[in-house]
Amino acid sequence: MKQLKLASVGVLSLAAAAVANNAQADDLTLCWAAWDPANALVELSKDFEAQSGHTMNFEFVPWPNFADRMLNELNSGGKLCDLLIGDSQWIGGGAENGHYVKLNDFFDKEGISMDDFAPATVYAYSTWPKGTPNYYALPAMGDANGWFYRKDWFGRDDIKAAYKEATGEELGEPKSQKEMLKIAQFFQGREIDGKKVYGAAIFTERGSEGITMGATSALYPWGFKYENTPGKYDMEGAVNSPEAVEALEFYKEFYKTATPPGYTNSYMGESLDAFKSGQVAMAMNWFAFFPGLYADADTGGDKIDFFVNPPQNQAGSTLGGQGISVISYSEKKDASLEYIKWFSNPDVQAKWWSMGGYSAHNSVLNADTFKDSAPFAGDFLEAMENVQDFWQEPAYAELLLAMQKRVHDYVVADQGSAQEALDKLIEDWTEVFEDEGKL
Amino acid sequence: MSDKTVDRLASNTPVRVARKIKGLSDRAIAWIFVGPTIFLLLAINIFPLIWTINLSFTNFKANRLNREVEYIGLRNYERILGDSDIWLSMQATAHFLFWTLFFQVLIGFALAWLINRKFRGNDLWTTIIVLPMMLSPAVVGNFWTFLYQPQIGLFNYVVTFFTGGDPSGFEMLGSVDLAPWAIVIVDTWMWTPFVMLICLAGLRSIPDYIYEAAEIDRASKLRQFFTITIPMVLPFLMLAVLFRGIENFKMFDLVVQLTGGGPGSTTEMASINLKREAFEKWRTGYSSAFAIILFVTVFGLASIYVKALNKVKER
Repeated sequence: MKQLKLASVGVLSLAAAAVANNAQADDLTLCWAAWDPANALVELSKDFEAQSGHTMNFEFVPWPNFADRMLNELNSGGKLCDLLIGDSQWIGGGAENGHYVKLNDFFDKEGISMDDFAPATVYAYSTWPKGTPNYYALPAMGDANGWFYRKDWFGRDDIKAAYKEATGEELGEPKSQKEMLKIAQFFQGREIDGKKVYGAAIFTERGSEGITMGATSALYPWGFKYENTPGKYDMEGAVNSPEAVEALEFYKEFYKTATPPGYTNSYMGESLDAFKSGQVAMAMNWFAFFPGLYADADTGGDKIDFFVNPPQNQAGSTLGGQGISVISYSEKKDASLEYIKWFSNPDVQAKWWSMGGYSAHNSVLNADTFKDSAPFAGDFLEAMENVQDFWQEPAYAELLLAMQKRVHDYVVADQGSAQEALDKLIEDWTEVFEDEGKL
Repeated sequence: MSDKTVDRLASNTPVRVARKIKGLSDRAIAWIFVGPTIFLLLAINIFPLIWTINLSFTNFKANRLNREVEYIGLRNYERILGDSDIWLSMQATAHFLFWTLFFQVLIGFALAWLINRKFRGNDLWTTIIVLPMMLSPAVVGNFWTFLYQPQIGLFNYVVTFFTGGDPSGFEMLGSVDLAPWAIVIVDTWMWTPFVMLICLAGLRSIPDYIYEAAEIDRASKLRQFFTITIPMVLPFLMLAVLFRGIENFKMFDLVVQLTGGGPGSTTEMASINLKREAFEKWRTGYSSAFAIILFVTVFGLASIYVKALNKVKER
């Protein structure tokens, strides 16, 4: 009888252990875009696996399909992702449609303070309604649109002399948008080492968000605003201001006079290809790609340098980057929150930066050594001080596609004027906000 | 004989089944057989159609399930029919439809006429010609994107070889004027073989004795062509036009791969526009109304066309 009791206790203990193990060790799936930082995150997450016992799986989708794929997943209440590093513009929809878990209580309980992160990233990646202390994500990956150029070409005496002769100015990193155009036009069609090269690779992609991200990199430095009064949706005079018209005309001139032939539908990949193949003197792209560019054997190292999106009437960069959210449809919310807690740790954030991810944690960004830790680190800090983001409304997709159409119609397809494009954009956006009941 | 066969078949029916269906009328048995098909048809085709019609009168958005759905009458239809961008996409569709059909019929018939003649290597040439239509539209789209690339694309080099000038001096996919023709060229390249095969079937269905009788009546080759070949192949040609017309009205994959609807909205077909409205902007009510308008258009045009086709067949 005693033996039977002992055996029963043994079996119960094993069963309890099995249940406990099941409760502790989960298979988590993190969804993000397929790009360089995602590979770094896979490596970084191995520490979490070792520490927590959970297993991390990853679902990475190429950028052109990322929004379609993930928004479909969220809208259908899918359980593919437990954690999602979603684009900043999705925060409104994620919060209002109940896709993201609100993290305030969790942050309070775990002592995670949003004051520890760069204010611009907290505002853009975490809060909804904008600027309120309602958090739906932890800033995961700071990013902005920046520039890189062929330092070796810029440093050549013959090219410097030719530039001086052509413009009367010294060739160097541009200090304004107009100077940048002048430099790009100088390189356009020029022969360097027996090869015809072009001015710059800019974003012109039509299908997802490309040309909007590119054009806003000109619009923001000219002083473009979405509303006259924040939160009032009064766009007339802001979206189509004379400065905005001038900026859009500038972007079109840039496209027409300083980009490679056939550059009609180009985004991140095409920009990287154009630069790495030695086709262009300059290119715009997200800071996220800069570590990879610097490490490139052919065009990286001492052949490349970086600069922040130049100012014109003011400083301004297009915001990229994402926050990490817990999906409300996940059945492993506790383990997912554990990941967020681990990820918010300053040591993990420091390692994240060292591996190629862009930490938004103040302990990393404000460290004395940060600016010298990479050739683009200082530019990144500067860019993040002046970032501006697209609408983050729940109806952001409609707003974005309207801008894609109007800007592409004007810049690439040569239809109408900049004033007409922006006027029509206001009409489109007004219709969207009326449908939303906000106007 | 037939009675015996029926009896034999009946006797093969398992006893349990025979007992169960004993007493059922022929009509009831017929319903048992066609019932599942009708159910599937209703579930997969008719119900979604009715549901789409219902949604087209609402402001429903499939990504905003927590928002109250309102019936807004004909507002979606009014907005679509009054939207100049929709009409531009319909124009782009009409341009694509007309010119692809024109070239495919012209070249397809010419190829079929040539292939129909007896010559060595006839089968090999037929196989080579039909290869493009065996490829996936995604592959064809990517393949032609490279061919059209202004700096390294073969297409520009071939054109400038004959016309002179700089190969990178023009952009087939990036130019507002050329992009609509670029997609016409690719679709024609891919689908002309289909029209050719149908025409070939038509040509081979004409009995030789008709031509022999025409020869005896001293009809010229040209007269034989217009009074025998064309009228007898016409029903086949019209069938090919119907198939290609319906397909090209819905054209999506090839154009998305080639231009994504650009530059600007120059090649944004109605189907691409519909996809953007439905699955990128998530305006489900609006896009349902748009889908119904497209459905009625295709259905109406196809019905008129089928009536014309039947008249031609009767002649």
